[in-house]
Amino acid sequence: MEYGFPILSSLIFLPIIGAIGILFIPRKEELEVKRFALLVAVLEFFLSLPLWFGFDKATHLMQFVEKREWISSWNVQYYLGIDGISVLFILLSTLITILCILVSWTAITDKIKEFFAALLFLEGVMIGVFCALDFFLFYIFWEAMLIPMYLIIGVWGGPGRLYATIKFFLYTLIGSLLMLVGIIMLYLKGGHTFDILKLASNNYDFKFQMILFWTFFAAFAVKVPMWPVHTWLPDAHTEAPAAGSVILAGILIKMGAYGFLRFSMPICPQATQAMMVPMLVLSVIAIIYGAVICLGQDDMKRLIAYSSVSHMGFVTLGIFALNYQGLEGAILQMINHGVVTGALFLSVGIIYEQTHTREISDYGGLATVTPIFAGFFLVFTLASIGFPSLNGFVGEFLILLGGFAAKTWAGFLGATGIIIGAGYMLWLYQRVFFMKVNEKVAGVRDINLREIITLLPMLILIFWIGIFPNNFLSYMHVSVTHLLDQVNQNSGLVQTGPQAFLETAIRLIGG
Amino acid sequence: MSNTFLFPVVSPLGPEIFLAAVACCLVIFDSLFKEQRNIFPVISITGATVTTLMVASSKGLGFSGMYNVDGFSVFFKIICLLALIFTVLMSHNHLKVLGVKREGEYYSLMLFACIGMMVMASALDLIVLYLGLELMALSVYCLVGIQKKDKRASEAAIKYFLLGAFASCLFLFGLSYIYGATGTTSLPVVTSFLTGEGIKSNPAFLLGLGLVLIAFSFKVAAAPFHMWTPDAYEGAMTPVTGFMSVAPKAAGFAALSRLLFEAFPALHGNWVLPFEIMIFLTMAIGNITAISQVSIKRMLAYSSIAHAGYALLGLLPGTAQGVSATMNYLFIYLFMNMGAFAVIVLLQQKGLAGERLEDYKGLAKSHPVAAGLMLVFMFSLTGIPPTAGFIGKFNLFVAALNAGYTGMVIWAVIFSAISAYFYLRVVMLMYMHEPQKEVAIVRSGALSAVLVMTLAGVLIIGIYPNDLLHLAGMIFGK
Repeated sequence: MEYGFPILSSLIFLPIIGAIGILFIPRKEELEVKRFALLVAVLEFFLSLPLWFGFDKATHLMQFVEKREWISSWNVQYYLGIDGISVLFILLSTLITILCILVSWTAITDKIKEFFAALLFLEGVMIGVFCALDFFLFYIFWEAMLIPMYLIIGVWGGPGRLYATIKFFLYTLIGSLLMLVGIIMLYLKGGHTFDILKLASNNYDFKFQMILFWTFFAAFAVKVPMWPVHTWLPDAHTEAPAAGSVILAGILIKMGAYGFLRFSMPICPQATQAMMVPMLVLSVIAIIYGAVICLGQDDMKRLIAYSSVSHMGFVTLGIFALNYQGLEGAILQMINHGVVTGALFLSVGIIYEQTHTREISDYGGLATVTPIFAGFFLVFTLASIGFPSLNGFVGEFLILLGGFAAKTWAGFLGATGIIIGAGYMLWLYQRVFFMKVNEKVAGVRDINLREIITLLPMLILIFWIGIFPNNFLSYMHVSVTHLLDQVNQNSGLVQTGPQAFLETAIRLIGG
Repeated sequence: MSNTFLFPVVSPLGPEIFLAAVACCLVIFDSLFKEQRNIFPVISITGATVTTLMVASSKGLGFSGMYNVDGFSVFFKIICLLALIFTVLMSHNHLKVLGVKREGEYYSLMLFACIGMMVMASALDLIVLYLGLELMALSVYCLVGIQKKDKRASEAAIKYFLLGAFASCLFLFGLSYIYGATGTTSLPVVTSFLTGEGIKSNPAFLLGLGLVLIAFSFKVAAAPFHMWTPDAYEGAMTPVTGFMSVAPKAAGFAALSRLLFEAFPALHGNWVLPFEIMIFLTMAIGNITAISQVSIKRMLAYSSIAHAGYALLGLLPGTAQGVSATMNYLFIYLFMNMGAFAVIVLLQQKGLAGERLEDYKGLAKSHPVAAGLMLVFMFSLTGIPPTAGFIGKFNLFVAALNAGYTGMVIWAVIFSAISAYFYLRVVMLMYMHEPQKEVAIVRSGALSAVLVMTLAGVLIIGIYPNDLLHLAGMIFGK
């Protein structure tokens, strides 16, 4: 479907141009820099709203398509478009960037210009990743993302930032470069094109599919991150400034899972099915391992980072369950995780700005000192452990449905992760907000209006997705069905009545 | 055979002859105009620019088929001439800072070196190739040692000279075997002998070929013949180092491509395995050793070894696609490497200042623009999009994978990831450390021009590489 106005290009390039614009504002005008960045981000958000309203939920075809010749020597096209799998991520990106700018308002004091420029540049490139339908273009965005993220962690991060940022960069780069080899092999074998839709419509022999699957796996598994290549994440999350952690948790690590959905599954369907059990095993390990490690953390950000490993384990579990519930649950859980973990990192960032400590033992009794903040944090905590009527529940429920349908043990073991999850999150809440007021946090002020505005959208989303999940799930139905058709096309595994199953599930949840 | 003397066809050599005339003028002016030192760079730049324009329109065989001006050689000549122009722009102010006298000599040597490279790119005869090689090499030896009083420079020049002379000897030695086996030094004639089985398996001929290839491996600094590089690069003046890392290398690659791809494609089976080993070693030694360097010039020296490894990857398959990928890569490397050296020149003072990596600490705070430029060049050298470095590497990987060298590409990919560590260390020092001491910057208009041009090159090729790819593809009639 073509759309009159090149909306996706605008979404990609508005923040990038904004980033360049910021560099021309005089260094002394700190407030102007922040205001300008906020203005660009807000404009960007409004610009992304037509995607929400104008999206046609009845088709799996790509929408808002833009297609131009780019590098004709290699048959590379500037080819953008979105479907039900990617649309929500773009909206989430534009929202989260605004919140990141708000949370950095006073937290960033050094090289302010560069920080906001990097943030906006990152936003544009991230949206590019979700829109690109040309593998080459996708790779450009995918790699270009590393540059601002490397700087955001390394320049504005915590004490261990140098180690964390180079670890992040090298892990991701090695994975991406292996994927690049896969992309080139695919290009040579798939008829010298980078068009993802065309590449996915070809049939490749099983051996080649396996090679592709593992090269893609190298890039996507690192990004998700799946166990055992997750070790960069706790360091990066912990040391990044609040905005960096939020973007990492909210958008960046979703790209790995998105990659599985967009590339691995349609292009190597048979390999995906063959690798289902190993992937489920890795997912379950990530769920339980991440959760158990959380119990032993004494650093708040590190704890939330490990909980991300566990939650992303749920996402991959849902994806590789290879059924309708699992996939929809996975996509929704990606959004949920972005919202909830993003909100948790925002909260930690807000309180860290005052206390300058992330040690859990330095806190205690915050609920009496900062009641409003404690209220927000409670909702985020409950959402994170999958409390019914909040968003986490819907996603995890669907994923576990899918997990049980695929392999009973996967669903069963995955469910234990939720139990441990409730344990570590509530324990965290208890240690930080209840008990005797720690003298180190006695003088902390409650959150101000700017901070409330920062947290409020997340709170609204948590309830909205929790109570009316179908408002969001309806975007994915057709695309997910189509994706499953693609995966199942040659394998004889036919799913029956996914829609009926889902309707029951939705009714159960109360959506 | 007729006895009448036919005057050879010289018109294809027009640009070289013109540039030689300019170089000779510079030598004469050096003693005539002792006071007006500003004229030397102006004359050099004008001469080089005019030569570039002449090269772009030159074509044809000269000197009874010994000299071939084709699209392939024109491409390499333009790389060398652009490197020359960039270097001259970088040099003028730097010579003043370092207090180097004899500017006419300096610029004329640079021009002569460039003529040598142009001859190498066009040579269709092994003797002509040798002439070009020596003209280039002797000029560059002198350029390295132009700061006579500087101990490091003299040491570097001696080392470079000894190893370079050794490489030349190997070349001549190999040439003698080839001549002995075929009775000619003309490349097309040698190639025509290769249709028969006799020569292909003649050990003397193969030995000769091997020696010639080793000689060029010295010139492009491929491991294990790279030993001279770090010392020579470190000791030379920074603009000269930049020049050496790009131009002689491009000329070496021109000759190597001509030999491997045009003259001896029939022997692909014989040289491919040693080449694979050499490429692996070059990438491994270059990238791993660069990690432990404390001088940015030495680091870039090892990085240039590593990049020679990537570029050789394109020659490995012996296909037109591969050679054009190598040509593209060298063109891109010209911009990113020259850019990086231009930033070093910007920061460098007399002595060691501006040469140690730690001098870059906190540069983003004291000189944000310089740091931003260095950032772009470092990411480009790592091969991260949307910079030109990525396009170059991508092109090479496509060519190598297309010919089935998957293993080599995976190694190249792994070493690229390793290289990120030391390139990004520069970024880390600039952006993530506090400034330790005041670093002064020597601004000049000419230097800014180089920085703008290299930055534009890196970004434009990175975002819209189509024209460049098209050009290099066209040379091989795609």
